[in-house]
Amino acid sequence: MKINKLLVGLLTSVTLVVGSAQAAELSIVSGDTGNGLAFLRSQLDKFEADTGHTVTVVPMPSSTSDQFGQYRLWLAAGNTDIDVYQTDVIWAPQLADQFLDLTEAAKDVVGDHFPSIIESQTVDGKLVALPAFTDAPALFYRTDLLEKYSKPVPTTWAEMEATAKEIMDAERAAGNSEMWGFVFQGNAYEGLTCDALEWVMSNGGGQIIEADGTISINNEQAAAAIDRAAGWIGTISPEGNLAYQEEESRGVWQLGNAVFHRNWPYAYALGNGDDSAVKGKFDVAPLPAGDGEGARSAATLGGWNVAVSKYTPDPEAAIELALFLSSTEVQKERAINQSNLPTIESLYDDADVLAASPFMANWKEIFQNAVPRPSAPTKVKYNEVSSMFWSAVHNTLSGNGTAAENLELLEADLADLKGDAW
Amino acid sequence: MTTETLAPPITVTAPKIKSELMQQRVRAARWFLVPMLLALAVVAGWPLLRSIYFSFTDASLNDLYGAEWVGFGNYLRWQTLDSGVVRYRGLLADPAWWNAVWNTLRFAFVSVSFEAVLGMIVALVLNAEFKGRGIVRAAILIPWAIPTIVSAKMWSWMLNDQFGIINDLGMKLGLLSQKVAWTATPETAMTAVLIVDIWKTTPFMALLILAGLQMVPKDIYEAAELDGVHPVKQFFRITLPLVRPALMVAIIFRLLDALRIFDLIYVLTPNSVATKTMSVLARENLFDFDNFAYGSAMSTMLFLIIALMTILYIWLGKVRFDGGDR
Repeated sequence: MKINKLLVGLLTSVTLVVGSAQAAELSIVSGDTGNGLAFLRSQLDKFEADTGHTVTVVPMPSSTSDQFGQYRLWLAAGNTDIDVYQTDVIWAPQLADQFLDLTEAAKDVVGDHFPSIIESQTVDGKLVALPAFTDAPALFYRTDLLEKYSKPVPTTWAEMEATAKEIMDAERAAGNSEMWGFVFQGNAYEGLTCDALEWVMSNGGGQIIEADGTISINNEQAAAAIDRAAGWIGTISPEGNLAYQEEESRGVWQLGNAVFHRNWPYAYALGNGDDSAVKGKFDVAPLPAGDGEGARSAATLGGWNVAVSKYTPDPEAAIELALFLSSTEVQKERAINQSNLPTIESLYDDADVLAASPFMANWKEIFQNAVPRPSAPTKVKYNEVSSMFWSAVHNTLSGNGTAAENLELLEADLADLKGDAW
Repeated sequence: MTTETLAPPITVTAPKIKSELMQQRVRAARWFLVPMLLALAVVAGWPLLRSIYFSFTDASLNDLYGAEWVGFGNYLRWQTLDSGVVRYRGLLADPAWWNAVWNTLRFAFVSVSFEAVLGMIVALVLNAEFKGRGIVRAAILIPWAIPTIVSAKMWSWMLNDQFGIINDLGMKLGLLSQKVAWTATPETAMTAVLIVDIWKTTPFMALLILAGLQMVPKDIYEAAELDGVHPVKQFFRITLPLVRPALMVAIIFRLLDALRIFDLIYVLTPNSVATKTMSVLARENLFDFDNFAYGSAMSTMLFLIIALMTILYIWLGKVRFDGGDR
């Protein structure tokens, strides 16, 4: 303790003396899943060694909804303690006013990233955040179980449901009473919006609110997709799935207690970790498609970015850090260690990356066709829209009304919220 | 009977207050109160007034200072449609709000009732003389000493449907026929929250009641014993009336706490409609949604409801805070 305090004292006095010249003390907030924080720390250590700045990580909860509330509060209060924020892909329109414009600082590197991702972080010509990694979910499946029961990898939800049920029943009969067919994110939070958007979109039911702002959610195909998901609860998915976020569903999956699992690619590296019961026994595939008109496999576009607070006392060093975290070097490390999808096109042909996460070769196409959540058309109202949507879906999943009834109410609520225009 | 004889001296002593010494004391007391009143005004009064002010505006978190006055619009507004139908909008017409009010009241009533009864039992046990009483008294305070966020997180793992210990024990002991998703299903969510809250705050209740119990003179019990009064009758005729002041104060503390419950629910079942309380809903509107003014209106209503409940409680329960309730 004493030594620590001495060190801190020394460091502060050193930075006080030298501070004006070079080294800055920065803080970054990050809410991450799995071992994401440890990874971030390891990268920051490199950054510290290279630049002489010190960076403190302020850990946050992994739920994006929880993080957002806190960040909004800090930014509204003009908090100067946090210099760099790790931001969800959907936040750019809501927080654009509070972040620095990075267009000038990043002009040499923006060309390396996928244009669609840079575009998603550009609000009224202002580059709000730099991409750190992108995300498009996968259907994780147990290769050993599919082989054992000689089943193909499902390409439609109906097929997935049938395979899951069959394998689950057979495994339970064989004494594995903990076995479930499919786990996903069913808690009432942003993650359910992602999952349900995939069900609806893959069934040809639109994307809740279309790019031009029309409310499209109340349609038969959307209702059928959500009703189908409601049928999973208590049959192929545990009732507790209604309270699962990413980490809880990964828990069930990684203990070897599920045949299928919907999650983001980060679960790939963790599933192949030494403490995982499914190590080497699983692979990933694109999410299944529905069966209505216009049905196709759909993945919700995720991804995280780094933004620099308008209120940082040291913008230069903070921008340096943001550039570092979005750099090719760090994204490559991320792809290898965390199986996070890079936003830099050239990394998808990188031999080291493909050796660690072979699935990435196919993923470039998947996330380029990924469905964005309606954060752009709904602007500052997005959170409320998302909350209404996930509530309607969660109600349906917990048997509180049919999808048709809940979507009709949702449409009316959304129309109220929209007023004349978003 | 004694009041009549006591009344005249009181009128006689009243002028005494104006004596030099008393005046000096009163003045000194006022000066001693100033720092606390100032601190209260800064940390409680000002924020409260600001919240109330914001609830009458259209403030948003991105633009707090450019807010415009909208009167009671956040509470209730209406528009008449062309068809003659009147549409009501605003907090007082918001079903989500009334659901939250109902959840909060239900939670407060059930949790405080259980805590009062259990706390009384625990206090009676701790009041008895037995070996190792000191250790037990310290041990029972542990749930109260753990920060709520930590205990809520701990319980959320224990209540987990797949790897939670509660389900595991229940299955092994044959109490449960299948694993229950405690925090996930709307039917059990409130029960789960109640269990954790009762577990956590019963020690607090017990502690306050125990303090009251220890003030009860031992000789009353000796007298009752000599007269052969049954222990149950002793409890209802002697113990209960004598600890009543302490009990009433303990209950009001807990009631105030329970009516603004936030942390436990935010961690255990953040978005479940079955457990969303007024505070959780207000926070959601204040920070998650772009409805700062509407959230302020909720906070203001929350304040008014708690104030009303407190006044009702003090009035109906004839609570006196000077301990002279005998």
